[in-house]
Amino acid sequence: MTLQQFMNEAISPWMREEGPDSDIILSSRIRLARNLSDFTYPILEDQESLEEIRDFFEKEYEHQTFQDYEDFSFIPIHNLTGIERRVLVEKHLISPHLAKRGNAAAAMISKNEQVSVMINEEDHLRIQLYFPGYQLRSALDKAFEFDDWLEEKVNYAFDETKGYLTTCPTNVGTGMRASVMMHLPALTMTKQMNQLLPAINQLGLVVRGIYGEGSEALGNIFQISNQITLGKSEEDIVEDLKSVVDQLIQHERKIRSRMMEHSSLHLEDRIYRSYGVLGYSRVIESKEAAKCISNVRLGIDLGIIKDTPQNILSELMTLIQPGFLQQYAKRELTTKERDILRASLIRERLQLEK
Amino acid sequence: MECQECHQRPATLHFTQVINGNKTEVHVCEVCAKEKGYMTYPEEGYSLHNLLSGLFNFDTTQLKNHQGQAFKQEEELTCPKCKMTFTEFKSVGKFGCATCYETFSSRLDPILRRVHAGNTKHAGKIPKRQGGDLHTKKQLEDYKAELQHLIETEAFEEAAKVRDSINALKKQTGDPETGENS
Repeated sequence: MTLQQFMNEAISPWMREEGPDSDIILSSRIRLARNLSDFTYPILEDQESLEEIRDFFEKEYEHQTFQDYEDFSFIPIHNLTGIERRVLVEKHLISPHLAKRGNAAAAMISKNEQVSVMINEEDHLRIQLYFPGYQLRSALDKAFEFDDWLEEKVNYAFDETKGYLTTCPTNVGTGMRASVMMHLPALTMTKQMNQLLPAINQLGLVVRGIYGEGSEALGNIFQISNQITLGKSEEDIVEDLKSVVDQLIQHERKIRSRMMEHSSLHLEDRIYRSYGVLGYSRVIESKEAAKCISNVRLGIDLGIIKDTPQNILSELMTLIQPGFLQQYAKRELTTKERDILRASLIRERLQLEK
Repeated sequence: MECQECHQRPATLHFTQVINGNKTEVHVCEVCAKEKGYMTYPEEGYSLHNLLSGLFNFDTTQLKNHQGQAFKQEEELTCPKCKMTFTEFKSVGKFGCATCYETFSSRLDPILRRVHAGNTKHAGKIPKRQGGDLHTKKQLEDYKAELQHLIETEAFEEAAKVRDSINALKKQTGDPETGENS
């Protein structure tokens, strides 16, 4: 049942709640990389060890509940079709790397999709925890509690001076990547994002597109995360990230209100045009759709568009992805077919036509 | 000016390091700059993408300086648990198992320093169950850092409280030294 739920709904249950600063921050995420001390790492592909780990997690945690994270589904990756894997990646429940992994890879996902544990990815365990809006600190606290819960039954590879011993030296120490997904249309529109990027990088943070490394900022959505994992506590890393994110939020809001003051008609025009395109188009590419979704979302946040809920936009961002469209159609689709189905699904969700 | 790392050779490289917004002046000699991971060879770009491969190229350049001596040493570094050699580690950029960290420990710090903005020591979470007395040890370190900070900012009343906590913790763990002379 649950795999079907993961597949059919474009929006994860936890996204339905509105978080703080949700006009700009879509979600906060904490990822912890952990390894088990007695086994060689997944990169060595020792099938026996990897299967032992996978089976252990299936036996111990399938259908278990930890606090609000109920009824963990255990999903062996090799049981999934290519399209199903893609959907999980598009929903950020697994990484593209895990989707490509062989036999012993698996994912453990809570019913509300807030927690997912990737098993035998680059590290034995990659724990991910999402919170709606700007809630890095809450996400960190919960991630720690969840981490402790897992650690009751497994021995982590940990060293007093080097911390959590990860497969890649870039993750060693805390093994933590904290990130926020930010919608920054005003900063992008005014071309200020390009200027800010080098400064953000200099502060030890990384900016990526919505689908991680190398992906472009589709729909003006940027993922900002820490780069350094060694030498600072998780709390300090989160604070450092927050201090930069706080400034970006302020900056984005300032430009938004300035645009409303000085060029509200043009802004309104731009937003309604996009609304029209989404509401009435018959064929639409994902890039154009993402651009329009971003504009409409800005329109909602500025109070220009009133009767559309904010999270429809998060839902549409997933809905327009190739994997999801094909899952919906229950078959592989050509690019052209996808553009048609995309347009029709968006129309259906926005219901402008009566 | 002498090199701040070896205090022997004159410092020939002077630069400002910006780590998370904190500026530090660095004065080192060329030898230490390479050994401690402060610099890459000029032909290597310093971008996030080729960061890792850059790190490992750096190590091969070190071989030349030691006239083959380091080469022998390197061949001997093989992880007893997973059989990964240091050469393999360099080319993949990933460890084969937890024991690799121990096996390659003598060569890791320059690499870690580069990847983690000069840091080589973990300062974060300790596993709850496995951690054992590391938790008290860390608590003690945190208190001491706090104490130092309070003294520097002349918040002596607060400092006295922290010192009491330190002593209580030490008593609890049976540490004979009570830190009266702080």
